Amino acid sequence: MTVPGLSRDDMARRAAQDIPDGSYVNLGIGLPTLVANFVPEGREVIYHSENGILGVGPAPAPGQGDPELINAGKEPVTLLPGGAYFHHTDSFMIMRGGHLDISVLGAFQVGANGDLANWATDDEHFPPAVGGAMDLAVGARRILVLTTHTTSRGEPKLLERCTYPLTAAGVVDRIYTDLAVLDVTPGGLLVRELVDGLTRDGLQQLTGARLRFAEDLRVLAPASSG
Amino acid sequence: MLDKRVPTLAAAVDGVRDGATVLVGGFGNSGVPVELTHALLEQGAKDLTVVTNNAGSGDTDVAALLRERRVRKIICSYPRSKGSIWFEELYRARDIELELVPQGTLSERMRCAGAGLGGFFTPAGADSLLAEGKEVRMIGSRRHVFEGPLRGDVALIKADRADRWGNLTYHSAARNFGPTMAAAADLTVVQVRQFVELGELDPEVVVTPGVFVDRVVRVEPGGGR
Repeated sequence: MTVPGLSRDDMARRAAQDIPDGSYVNLGIGLPTLVANFVPEGREVIYHSENGILGVGPAPAPGQGDPELINAGKEPVTLLPGGAYFHHTDSFMIMRGGHLDISVLGAFQVGANGDLANWATDDEHFPPAVGGAMDLAVGARRILVLTTHTTSRGEPKLLERCTYPLTAAGVVDRIYTDLAVLDVTPGGLLVRELVDGLTRDGLQQLTGARLRFAEDLRVLAPASSG
Repeated sequence: MLDKRVPTLAAAVDGVRDGATVLVGGFGNSGVPVELTHALLEQGAKDLTVVTNNAGSGDTDVAALLRERRVRKIICSYPRSKGSIWFEELYRARDIELELVPQGTLSERMRCAGAGLGGFFTPAGADSLLAEGKEVRMIGSRRHVFEGPLRGDVALIKADRADRWGNLTYHSAARNFGPTMAAAADLTVVQVRQFVELGELDPEVVVTPGVFVDRVVRVEPGGGR
């Protein structure tokens, strides 16, 4: 069965709809970084990068730019007017101290209880790397996870409980996948939006946790509002 | 007269002993004291514990120290970077000890050392394997793990400008760990792009006051690589 999932850009586009005007936001490495490309016109969002930047702007033109000015993914970026530099300890005060409105993170696994696993797998040959994920996960006011619904081998990433080592317990608020938008609630995962062409049973089969569906379940479309 | 300027990279890293704990600034390729790490390689100190955010990439700076087997242990947050081949080789061969620390905890542990504090409780990592064997306490409704100070025998830092008192300014995001590491080591060594006369740095823009700095050495941009 071919599942009609959203592209990576459309996943990022959908998550970007839920970033309010005036937010301070940290975007994780990889897929979450794409969210900045799709924030709707007219919203001013201030991006934080863990290496000491507020007001991160888009990538410079090729060959232009400042080689020392990079984002958390070590990619070249620019600084917007009004942006600021600060040192690492201050940067993590911003993260841990609850000063960021939103953090968008990637995930290896998410638990139905909001547990997040995104730093280590059970592969011994693959050195673990935590970076700023644990500080962000406990510190940002709202944690959004952006991830494919299953691994490249088709295994579910949304589980009753994570099997990989935890990044933080009970921190995830909302999950955006290529197939659905789900809220973490005291009663487990609640599906808010489901991609067109996939049944509720079909989504359940691709998920390792029992799903509930919102009464006003909507179609997941890249630009639908949250 | 107080003059922290030294004439050569060799003089800058003189006296670093075998077994030293060395704090190395930088995040990815930003703010890395490349020339100072190469001077340390030439100087020959071994059995080092290196504290740095990434484990080096390619063949330069920390990666060169790894390649030459000078590092016994690395304390870092994110060793898995594109091109971190030397770390990965040593890790797979179990030829290096890795202490993985959440990035904010790494920075705050060094801040504590520089600030004369005995440690702190943080929620970061408190629910994770990284809290194993450490004191965990409920503060409010949240688990916090105790983390102790992390001090260096030496810090190697890259800044932009310095005067002879060791006052420093930095360039854009190259600042990263520099100010924290400068305060956290017994011997703080800084490479800068430019020396300026005393009084030339606007006191409003000095980021690291010279009290935290022991030696400064000038490195020509693009030189020494």
